[in-house]
Amino acid sequence: MNESGIQPGFYAAPGSRTGIFSWIFSTDHKRIGLLYLFSIFSFFAVGVCFGLLMRLELIAPGRTIVGPSTYNAFFTLHGVIMIFLFVIPGIPVSLGNFFMPLQIGARDVAFPRINLLSWWFYITGGLLALLSLFTGHGPPDTGWTFYAPYSIRTGTNVVLAVSAAFVLGMSSILTGLNFITTIHRMRAPGMTWFRMPLFVWSVYATAWVQILATPILGITLLLVIIERLFGVGFFDPAKGGDPILYQHLFWTYSHPAVYIMILPAMGVVTEIIPVFSRRTVFGYKAIAFSSMAIASVGYFVWGHHMFTSGMSDVARVVFSFITFIVAIPSGVKVFNWVASMYKGSIRVDAPLLFVLAFIFLFSIGGLTGLILGALATNIQVHGTYFVVGHFHYVIFGGAVFAFFGGLHYWFPKITGRMYNEKRARLAWLFLFIGFNALYFPMFILGWEGMPRRYYDYLPKFQPLNVVSTVGSWIVATGLILLFANLLRSARKGAAAGPNPWGGTTLEWQTSSPPPHENFGEIPVITQGPYIYNPSKGKGHGTA
Amino acid sequence: MNPGKTEQLKTENKNGEMTYILAWAMLVALTAITVGVYTLHLGTAGVAIALVIASLKAGVILLFFMHLRQESRFLQSVFLLPVFLLGAIIGLTFIDVWYR
Repeated sequence: MNESGIQPGFYAAPGSRTGIFSWIFSTDHKRIGLLYLFSIFSFFAVGVCFGLLMRLELIAPGRTIVGPSTYNAFFTLHGVIMIFLFVIPGIPVSLGNFFMPLQIGARDVAFPRINLLSWWFYITGGLLALLSLFTGHGPPDTGWTFYAPYSIRTGTNVVLAVSAAFVLGMSSILTGLNFITTIHRMRAPGMTWFRMPLFVWSVYATAWVQILATPILGITLLLVIIERLFGVGFFDPAKGGDPILYQHLFWTYSHPAVYIMILPAMGVVTEIIPVFSRRTVFGYKAIAFSSMAIASVGYFVWGHHMFTSGMSDVARVVFSFITFIVAIPSGVKVFNWVASMYKGSIRVDAPLLFVLAFIFLFSIGGLTGLILGALATNIQVHGTYFVVGHFHYVIFGGAVFAFFGGLHYWFPKITGRMYNEKRARLAWLFLFIGFNALYFPMFILGWEGMPRRYYDYLPKFQPLNVVSTVGSWIVATGLILLFANLLRSARKGAAAGPNPWGGTTLEWQTSSPPPHENFGEIPVITQGPYIYNPSKGKGHGTA
Repeated sequence: MNPGKTEQLKTENKNGEMTYILAWAMLVALTAITVGVYTLHLGTAGVAIALVIASLKAGVILLFFMHLRQESRFLQSVFLLPVFLLGAIIGLTFIDVWYR
């Protein structure tokens, strides 16, 4: 115990290795979760820098700070880093790794060494992506989608960037495999499927998507490499290939990947709402099944990314119809979250603020998704800034805001200390205002016809581009405030105690930070989570 | 280990060896059929036949060499999940290809 009265927990785990080696060779799921947390936020910082540079370039028409080729490299790298290195691994590998075993009453994941291997694959993939910037004939300029035939023909360093995404995919598959096995095999006695916290359900649904969808991306990227190196005509029409086939294969993975990003975020939201409303979750099974439904239906909607590709009319109608079906389980979740708060004893701390922002921003993102899912309106806004606005509302406003909410919610458990609430709220305010200033103008710009990925634009689009760029500076300020607060609090925050929020799931029933192997004795579960009725005891009643 | 159990395991192993040999023979026979069908130059039908035979071979490997036959109903149904998914994905892709 240190001078603040905080137990060292897993930070003082026994072992022969010390210093950084006790982290990068650790098989403890909590240490691996934190390794991932620092790794993904390091890459996030790089991605943010590229985003800020792009916005700065777009503050005025014509050349502002860089030329067109550099701008192409900026948006490619912003996309590749944010998608493959930040938001896809995102919540599952960090918060999922740390909290899923705790929430099911396990001592670790099923395959701790494979867990560590997945982190090494992740780092290798990240380094390969960075290496692609400085080697070959310049950084890739294809956009994060690597669309053929341009990705086959461009002279830039596509092979290395694609190899990086391939290795990152292997990491993702291993994590999914590990989590599914853990949830099936290692739940505490009495932890039936419908007594599992809903965050675990969301991680479980995500893991299935990781296992079943990622190999499709792997093989597709491999085909791009083979076509570039050996000239085999898979996708380039000049060699007898089919470029639309590339789009099919790419989006067969990359649309489900959107659910890899958002499902765990929905899980975090579902954990925070009952704790800060002091109410049980409304419709537990409906939320659990809606996670599985989103994961399942999400496989069959990829064609809505390709409405203007030259795909057949029949396919366009079918994909448009299935796309609308996804709105049903998504709507179930949103209504259930709001209903869970109804008549609750609501405490509006930073985690709930991020959750409320999530519901608001994700709803805008989801509803604009319907405009994109409908064939006729899609044609109007396809390939415009409307898509950029929609995507960032779903992924930044949704997944990343929930991630920040989860970081604040579980911060006391991870560090044993409380963050500064006032600074956290201030950071949230900057992020919320900045976010809307940054991305809402994109809906209007897109509707008016400003195409995305273009280096230049017509002068009439400038006022809204200025608003957007100023928004990016406000977001950057919010991010600095948020991380400065968390980093400072990790060292100087007041002792949090084992359960500062009065949470009912198992992670709150062990010390903060948790000890090595999580529990002195594996708990025996006698009832479901989220029970706040005093007559029935609290939460995961343990025998 | 009690003698009865050892005896039972020996019998199972003996049966297992026989099963593996039969499964291997089936794979060889199916490969021979694939080659034979190729020599007939049946065009599109030849491709369809080759795919069916390849699926049968994959089934034999899964059932016998990867022990899917001895697994629980749950694991067997989990295996069917990616098969169904692959079928659906290929089907949806062909809705585009056929009607383009």
